[in-house]
Amino acid sequence: MDVLDLDVLDIARWQFGITTVYHFLMVPLTIGLGLLVAVMQTMWVRTGSPEWLRMTRFWGRVYLINFVLGVATGLVQEFQFGLAWSEYSRFVGDVFGSLLALEALLAFFLESTFLGLWIFGWGRIPKKLHLAALWAAVVGSIVSAYFIIAANSWMQHPVGVEVDDATGRPVQVDFLAVLTNNTALAAFSHAVVAALMVAGALLVGIGLWHLRRRELAGRPEDVDHGVWRRSVRLGGWVSLAAFVLVALTGDWQGKLMYAQQPLKMSSAEALCETEAPAPFSVFAWSKLGSNECDDVHSITVPGLVSFLAHGDFSSAVPGVNQLQEEYAAVYGETYPDDPSRFGALAGEEVDYTPLLAVSYWSFRLMIGMGAVSAGVAAYVLWATRKGRVPTSRIGVYGSLLAVAAPFVANATGWVFTEMGRQPFVVYPNPDVPVDEQTWFFTAQAVSPGVTAAEVWTSLSLLTLVYGALAVVELWLITRFVRRGVTTGDGAPTPGHTPEGTPESRDEDDDDVLSFAY
Amino acid sequence: MDLQTLWFAAVALLWTGFLLLEGFDFGVAALLPVLGRRTAERHLMLRTIGPLWDGNEVWLITAVGAVFAAFPGWYATWLPALYLPFVLVLFGLIVRAVAFEWRHSHSTEAWDTTWTRVVTGGSLVAAAGIGAALGATTLGLPIGEGGIRVGGALSGLGWPALLGAVAVLAFSVVHGAVFLSLKTDGPLRVAARRFALRWAPVAALPMLAWAGLVHLRSGTPVTGALWLVAALAVLVAWARLRVGREGQGFAAWGAMLAAAAATVFGAAYPVVVPSTVDPAFDVTIADASVSDYTLTVMTWAAGVGLPVVLGYQAWTYWVFRKRLTAEAQHVGAHP
Repeated sequence: MDVLDLDVLDIARWQFGITTVYHFLMVPLTIGLGLLVAVMQTMWVRTGSPEWLRMTRFWGRVYLINFVLGVATGLVQEFQFGLAWSEYSRFVGDVFGSLLALEALLAFFLESTFLGLWIFGWGRIPKKLHLAALWAAVVGSIVSAYFIIAANSWMQHPVGVEVDDATGRPVQVDFLAVLTNNTALAAFSHAVVAALMVAGALLVGIGLWHLRRRELAGRPEDVDHGVWRRSVRLGGWVSLAAFVLVALTGDWQGKLMYAQQPLKMSSAEALCETEAPAPFSVFAWSKLGSNECDDVHSITVPGLVSFLAHGDFSSAVPGVNQLQEEYAAVYGETYPDDPSRFGALAGEEVDYTPLLAVSYWSFRLMIGMGAVSAGVAAYVLWATRKGRVPTSRIGVYGSLLAVAAPFVANATGWVFTEMGRQPFVVYPNPDVPVDEQTWFFTAQAVSPGVTAAEVWTSLSLLTLVYGALAVVELWLITRFVRRGVTTGDGAPTPGHTPEGTPESRDEDDDDVLSFAY
Repeated sequence: MDLQTLWFAAVALLWTGFLLLEGFDFGVAALLPVLGRRTAERHLMLRTIGPLWDGNEVWLITAVGAVFAAFPGWYATWLPALYLPFVLVLFGLIVRAVAFEWRHSHSTEAWDTTWTRVVTGGSLVAAAGIGAALGATTLGLPIGEGGIRVGGALSGLGWPALLGAVAVLAFSVVHGAVFLSLKTDGPLRVAARRFALRWAPVAALPMLAWAGLVHLRSGTPVTGALWLVAALAVLVAWARLRVGREGQGFAAWGAMLAAAAATVFGAAYPVVVPSTVDPAFDVTIADASVSDYTLTVMTWAAGVGLPVVLGYQAWTYWVFRKRLTAEAQHVGAHP
């Protein structure tokens, strides 16, 4: 029985990790590309330029292929809190559920209804109304991001609650405090600008590939040339600007984290002992399989972590060893000896240090991949200056490959923030008195009545389906993207007029947003 | 009315809205192999629900979200007790959603046929699974102490789940047929109406049986009257369809579902998960609810948000109100 309980916990954690990281491949693209497509269509409505129209249609279609998979995998998220994490759901119910419900009511309806109107409304409703429909859908996805991050941030930094003596659960007393949680504001702004980096990289990578192909084939500088050139330039500038904002919001978030979850940050730096000034680790290696901080060796830059934590180069930053002792003193050396709630971990020692290797490397991958993305954007902007088209194979295929970089940065960022929160599912708020127990261990969050066989079944089923969908999705997007904005052989779209009204282009099978059912 | 009762009613309303809306797109999808033997007909059928299914599905997300938000004790008891059925629902909804979208991303006959079958299969699985979950949560689940399921993975799948599954499936198929007769013209309209006329009386039986059983267990005179309204609505729906008034038939068939759902939720109140193990383990709205403060916050949010949502959703239905015919399809878009 004990072993079975442990299994359920571990399988359920893998399931949550796999499904959430997968879901979050679609989410930043939906948010970022949605915003950019809305900007493109706005430009078309304002200027009537055929380039903007074709950009709207091409990138709009990529946006839609991706959107539906985001919706489909998002469904799993809402159910799995109840399916696999029922004790968590009971514990946080007074705060967490209402944020999910508000997300559905205030964001998902907006998103789905107006996106349906946008897809099927080409040529059926007035131009400006049609544009407004897209903006409404985009606003919906941003509002959705806000509510879901507010819910997640409450797990990182529970605010606005008091603990009910009878049930021992947190009860919401200040909804506004939950909505304006500083952790949520920082994480939300960080996630939205990171989403723009994803969209920017996509525009750059694909646009440049098409530019080079057309250049090598000796095609004229026509409307399509303008489409790809404009996509590359727009994507490049968006990537660069977003990277600056990602760095600024990341710094804000990091400083909050040093105050709210110091172990997460010290683990990310493999900073074992409290140091003043504290150094930044550039590269680290460790004894294989060890989660002991003292087994880690680093090459360091002096004082940089003091700066990241406090804004100066001399302040002390607490080390993993000291923090582990402090947390053990406050929150207990061992899990309570109650197998019905803690399963196999009942009575075991609590390791307050998250997995060092995961924290350390996910943090570096996040920053590193973001920087790669910005570097590529800068290179491409330089290479395409004053109408130039780079034809170097390395530069162009490198940029295409670099489309993956911000995706990796987004995924590792979430792995870092979620795994860095362990062993808690709801982290203790350092400003709340210890006898107000708003924290909750991951070990006690799992559904007690569910068997390992059930969670194995769902984990295998979902992983298989997700894998298959990823193959089809990649194939579809690649195929669609290779064809570009024009039909097969690159001839201009039939029925195209300089005004490029949607009605005149309905025969164009590949480029039609008003789908033929 | 206290806030817990208000939110119980809101949850019931959301589930009813979901069944009314997604019911017809489940039904149209289920009828694809029956009424859409030729490709052109299948495409026409899919076009009737194309702009609407995604918005309809948000009703499910909102219904589940509202259960979690207002009654976390219900959410945390119900979902793990029916772990595998809910996973199947998710599976059905996922493959169905991508099939809708990916169908027209590649233009070969085989590709189109395959994804059209996935739309049908996914919709059947999802509709049956949701019916099973709703049947079980109103007629009984093997719930023990602390809201934890007694028995193995399949112990929640008794006859209540089966009845719920059949009821929702049967309702949806006829609902879809009536919707098609309302939204299309030409041969499909005739065929859909004929199908609805033939099957409506039979398809209503499991739904009426389910509502009747919950009423007999814990009903009131009001739920008894509601049940009679549901039964009467079937007759009205059939009679209006027979004289070719599809709009009125659609409204009456929808009224049947609404009255049956009101009977079920009204009779179940205040229990949200009745235990088949021991009535002492029944989960009631009082056991499952969040604090009054949180309910108040949500009441304000829903009071402002819901009318707006209903307004713009109704408006998009109005925008896409025209009947569709096979001729109106894009020329040469797909074989």
